Amino acid sequence: MTGAVSARRLGVVSCHACGLVCQDTLPQEITPQAAHDPHVPGSDAPDNADRGRSYHVDCPRCGAPLHRRRPNSIARAWALLLAGLIFYIPANVLPVMYTSLMGKGSENTIMQGVIEFWKSGSYGIALVIFIASVLVPCTKFLVLGVLFVTSQRRSRWAMKERAKLYRMVELVGYWSMLDVLVVAVVAALVKFQGLSDIEPRIGILFFGMVVIMTMLSAMSFDPRLIWDGDTE
Amino acid sequence: MKTFPHLVACEHCDSVYERTPLALGQLARCERCDAILYRASRLDVDRWLALTVAAAIVFVMANVCPVIYISFKGLHNEATLWASAAALAHGPAAPIAVPTAMSIIIVPFLQISLLGWVLMYARFGKRAPGFERAMRMLVALRPWSMVEVCLLGILVAVIKLSGFLQVAPGAGIWATALLMILLTLIANRDIHWLWEITEPARSAEEVQA
Ligand SMILES: [Zn+2]
Ligand SMILES: [Zn+2]
Repeated sequence: MTGAVSARRLGVVSCHACGLVCQDTLPQEITPQAAHDPHVPGSDAPDNADRGRSYHVDCPRCGAPLHRRRPNSIARAWALLLAGLIFYIPANVLPVMYTSLMGKGSENTIMQGVIEFWKSGSYGIALVIFIASVLVPCTKFLVLGVLFVTSQRRSRWAMKERAKLYRMVELVGYWSMLDVLVVAVVAALVKFQGLSDIEPRIGILFFGMVVIMTMLSAMSFDPRLIWDGDTE
Repeated sequence: MKTFPHLVACEHCDSVYERTPLALGQLARCERCDAILYRASRLDVDRWLALTVAAAIVFVMANVCPVIYISFKGLHNEATLWASAAALAHGPAAPIAVPTAMSIIIVPFLQISLLGWVLMYARFGKRAPGFERAMRMLVALRPWSMVEVCLLGILVAVIKLSGFLQVAPGAGIWATALLMILLTLIANRDIHWLWEITEPARSAEEVQA
């Protein structure tokens, strides 16, 4: 246990939306992990789960529902992460863009786009797109997976580093939207009938879904779960 | 319910601290997980509102003016932010046009108008009608605002196209760059203290209770 006192120990809960610290009048079993928490008194009573379901408390200042931890945090975060992982396959296999130049048409996947930039000598741009559309999503899958597993096991390993990793994922995650925006701008510009045309293809939809799913997954995860193994 | 406005709980690890006044430019960090708890605001409400108005003007410019002009074998074309989002709406990937338009146009628009609304009243120490909902929305909208990603996307598009046609930046690209800076200044900051400077009379009793 570190020096700082946790809200749970003080019997307070802070509002997710406005940050106000309120007295904790929530029933003990409202969060799933509290139900397995031997340190929370009353959490092992078998009939508590049913009583808690209909009961919720709103923040007296902003009206948002109060939670000790985000509800169903890990289950929701896993589901969204897996959805993102599944979408990542068609996002890479299917073409994201169709280019026609003087009657010659071709379809490009994300990796083909990166390779094309690299071959034409635009190493910087190739790198930027590679980082935003391959490195960031893959790192996100890995980091979030590790965070979810370690939090589920209430691991006390490298908690400070894991907390930093989570904040890093939140900070860089949305940059993956880059490829979608590039396709949007390019497709809006190049519309010369017969001469040259660029159109979006289905792959970009899947790629956008990967970004949205992983962002939602990171948001569903409650970073305070990282520290919940530290209550002893 | 008892509330403790003098306390702050770390959003990242649930540690509770007492709020202490900060000097200009300082920030309070969590001892346990190193996350930022809160920062001293360098902006008073008047300046904040002025920047929000500036952001609103720049937002209109970014949306009205084309961001890029291109020409190819004597043919010309241009694109605005709207046109870019709309270009995705044609073809098989159409649904992605919705989140794209949200992240580069609708969310920034909502951030600017909600902030403007809230700040107009906060100048007089009052809470605007719908203050609670506006504040909750501002917190929820923040991660979905992607003007900076959009700007990088435009730059990549310029480089991509300059290989086989002539590309020139439009006024919209400068407006987008300015919008990015102004949005960072007005929306990526601690808005919690607006709750404190606009405390309504009824909850003053609760604080003392
Ligand atoms: Zn609240
Ligand atoms: Zn902390």
